[in-house]
Amino acid sequence: MTESLATAPWLSLITFFPLLGAFFIALRRTGARRDASGNIATVEQEQIDRIARSIALSFTLGVFVVALVVYQVFYDPTFAGYQLVEQAEWLGGGVNYKMGVDGISVLFVLLTAFFMPICILASWHSITHRVADYMIAFLVMETLVIGVFCALDLVVFYLFFEGSLIPMFLIIGVWGSKGIKEFAGYRLSSRVYAALKFFLYTFLGSVLMLVAILWIYKEAGTTDVPTLQTYAFPAGAQKWLWLAFFASFAVKMPMWPVHTWLPDAHVQAPTAGSVILAAILLKMGGYGFIRFSLPMFPIASADFAPLVYALSIVAIIYTSLVALAQEDMKKLIAYSSVAHMGFVTMGIFTGTTQGIEGALFQMISHGFISGALFLCVGVVYDRLHTREIAAFGGLVHRMPFYAFLFLFFTMGNVGLPGISGFVGEFLTMAGAFKANSWIAFFAAFGVILSAAYGLRLFRQVMYGELVKENLMAITDVNARELGMLVTLMAFALYLGVNPSPTLSVFEPSVGVLLENYNSALAGTSSVAAGGH
Amino acid sequence: MGLIETLSYVIPELMLALGAMALLTFGVLQGDRSTGTVSIASMGLLIAAALVVMAGYGGDTEIFDGAFRIDAFSGFCKILIFGAAAIAILMSDKYLAGEQLGRFEYPILILLASFGMALMVSANDLIALYMSVEMQSLALYILAAFNRESRRSTEAGLKYFVLGALSSGLLLYGASLVYGFSGSTSFVEIARVAAATEGANVGLVVGLVFLIAGLAFKVSAAPFHMWTPDVYEGAPTPVTAFFAAAPKLAAMALFARALVSPFLDVHDQWQPVIAMIAVASMAIGSFSAIVQSNIKRLMAYSSIGHMGFALVGLAAGTKQGVSAVLIYMAIYLVMTIGTFACILLMRRRGGQTESLDDLSGLSESQPGLAILFTVLFFSLAGVPPTGGFFGKLFVFNAAVQADLIWLAVVGVLLSAIAAYYYLRVIWIIWFNEAGSAFEREAGTRLGVIATVSALIMMPILLIGIAPLRAAADAAAGALF
Repeated sequence: MTESLATAPWLSLITFFPLLGAFFIALRRTGARRDASGNIATVEQEQIDRIARSIALSFTLGVFVVALVVYQVFYDPTFAGYQLVEQAEWLGGGVNYKMGVDGISVLFVLLTAFFMPICILASWHSITHRVADYMIAFLVMETLVIGVFCALDLVVFYLFFEGSLIPMFLIIGVWGSKGIKEFAGYRLSSRVYAALKFFLYTFLGSVLMLVAILWIYKEAGTTDVPTLQTYAFPAGAQKWLWLAFFASFAVKMPMWPVHTWLPDAHVQAPTAGSVILAAILLKMGGYGFIRFSLPMFPIASADFAPLVYALSIVAIIYTSLVALAQEDMKKLIAYSSVAHMGFVTMGIFTGTTQGIEGALFQMISHGFISGALFLCVGVVYDRLHTREIAAFGGLVHRMPFYAFLFLFFTMGNVGLPGISGFVGEFLTMAGAFKANSWIAFFAAFGVILSAAYGLRLFRQVMYGELVKENLMAITDVNARELGMLVTLMAFALYLGVNPSPTLSVFEPSVGVLLENYNSALAGTSSVAAGGH
Repeated sequence: MGLIETLSYVIPELMLALGAMALLTFGVLQGDRSTGTVSIASMGLLIAAALVVMAGYGGDTEIFDGAFRIDAFSGFCKILIFGAAAIAILMSDKYLAGEQLGRFEYPILILLASFGMALMVSANDLIALYMSVEMQSLALYILAAFNRESRRSTEAGLKYFVLGALSSGLLLYGASLVYGFSGSTSFVEIARVAAATEGANVGLVVGLVFLIAGLAFKVSAAPFHMWTPDVYEGAPTPVTAFFAAAPKLAAMALFARALVSPFLDVHDQWQPVIAMIAVASMAIGSFSAIVQSNIKRLMAYSSIGHMGFALVGLAAGTKQGVSAVLIYMAIYLVMTIGTFACILLMRRRGGQTESLDDLSGLSESQPGLAILFTVLFFSLAGVPPTGGFFGKLFVFNAAVQADLIWLAVVGVLLSAIAAYYYLRVIWIIWFNEAGSAFEREAGTRLGVIATVSALIMMPILLIGIAPLRAAADAAAGALF
């Protein structure tokens, strides 16, 4: 009995289950009763919206529960290889449908499954327009994102990775904020501009990866990830392949200087869109580096590490400075995300245990903290419909709980010890210190700067006299918001105080990864030494 | 081979030719009252012909002294062509009746064009090639000008005819050069001569270039694409839908056979030419479409771009490449038919609309149609996980496997640029304020066609892609 349960296609179930919910919502939406002129009555519309919300919440919660149970029961965190592996014939010729998780990806699957219900809850009242479509978009997105973290075949991975652009494009464009922008002679609403920029940046970044995947297929005869992770690609080709993958992941991450789509997308997206973007979608880039670039192209990774360090340092310092100058709360957090992702890229390419585990930890932790910060912005945005920092001030008098939560997550973002952000930053810097102490030195500036912009934001929004007319009647967080934020706070606190269980999940897989990485590097240097 | 046995291989073609003549007689006697009957009979003939092809699928026979070859390749293409032609008739009749164009000649012309296309995909000889191309083209010229009351339609027909005649001239000139330098019109014989010559036979190559120019015109590849936007825009929309689907496939198949069968040994001579045509088509398709505001013109540039992507597979010059072309064209066929079914549904009081702005806010006024458009346009853009992505995956794969990495890189970059204008349509549909809805009674039939196409482009294809690939591999194998 347990045997057959253990070999059940759990990952496919978790991945595709949300689609079923999307299907039900679509069904209800199509079956709407219309009056003679084809319009839907308000009562009917409200009922559809209510059903759409409930279906979306129950399906995302269901996925989370199933994922948690599967993780507890069938996942062995001491085992380094891929688990829960499924494989089926697909395109033929070595391209199969293959899913599986290991220590590197399993927590991202859980993170995604955890954040989706949060996003649905965050949109509960703030989305009133075309609710059914919105919920469908989120459910489809969940499928695609979980697919990204489970895929063990390059073509399958690419399919999910690129596919996730579609729902996000629509979420930003349809439910984004209002505003007009001039672009290429068109008067576009700024959300359309942001959606387009998001799509085209990431699409253009990714297409080169497709060519690289095809070349890999030609060279190795397969697109099976576990096989390719130990395949020795010729050193000359690695350089090009690495660059092609880098183009894709660097845009997704996003790294400086291809990060400019992120502030636009964050500002325009609805709150839940920002949360999912910050908490999950950005992680696909870092995950890609660890899953593909490092093990498949170790020599190129080592060769290009200085480039990555340089870009990461620029990201950490420059975007932190940019964050200091922001007028818009979401933009500030968006730039701070770019800076924090700088720590991740820096950590990954140190090729040390601390660096990579720190990067993974930082990604998980940043998911909670920046996700929560965007939710915090959403709380006041729902009340006042503005995100201008200058529009606030003295909120602490009216919203003490809110101020406390905001302070907590700001401190987490700064990297206060005891909250999860500290662990990730500390480990990545420790890794960087091993590789090159100068990098760690410069990265440390980022921590100082993040304190500067974080505290500035907090001071201007929370402190001071409550003078603004429209702030007088503002209400504190309600139960729903409190519930979401406290849950996130609990996670951030738990991760910060007791990081070792999480790190021990990474450990076996990262260990194997580094073993292969180092032996690949040793192999080349010994060949090079022999040649001289 | 006796006459009867020979004829037994061309039963589908005979059905179409004889059926067309019989229906023509019937129509002449009955007048335009018979349009409905003739339409149904034509669709029946096309479907029956497709079934006959399916029944005799596989095998590899040369008939009429090697002028035609009945093999898996021709079978694969014929099934798609007959299917697309039948759907074209199905899509048209209501529209044509509404525009006072319901004449019985329409389905008969499509039958005759399909007959020509069936010959094209099995032509194995230069004369057969030329004859079948003309057979098809003449029917298409008339179809383009089918709305003879409309200046735009007449202009489209005339333009198409004049430029088509020019390309036929090029084709004929190329064929005569090839004949002159190889001493035969048979593909088999030409292949023998091409293989026997040390280096490249200059006369043969010059003839080949003219052949390529003529065929590029037929598939509307740049720089021989000029006619496409005008003809697409001017011709009645169902005719455009037909033009964009089956004839493109037939011409592309003929292109593949005419290059691979006789000239495989001089592959290195034509590969750069095809690669350049592919790049030019992809570029023109991507850049020119950006500024279009008429959806039919947009689709014209889109089809130019798509032909470029398909030619990437042909440039590889391998079995894998030809198979990729067939996969690409099959997927393209479905996407195009679905998109045109959607376009035909864009109907307001007072007639068809063609402006992109009319799609504003469609996702609110008509969510169903909006979803169909969205799926089909993401598919046209080649965004995974839609079907269009797999077409691109296979052609680029063929190019990379044949060491044409630069071509694949250029192709994917241009596909990202092309994504912009497809996205523009999607953003008009989703992000703009809603305009007035289209008339709903425009036809459930079109809705069904569009829905089926969109469903095929949706991840249902993920299951169907392996059989399609196997069939295309087998078909491509017949050429090598």
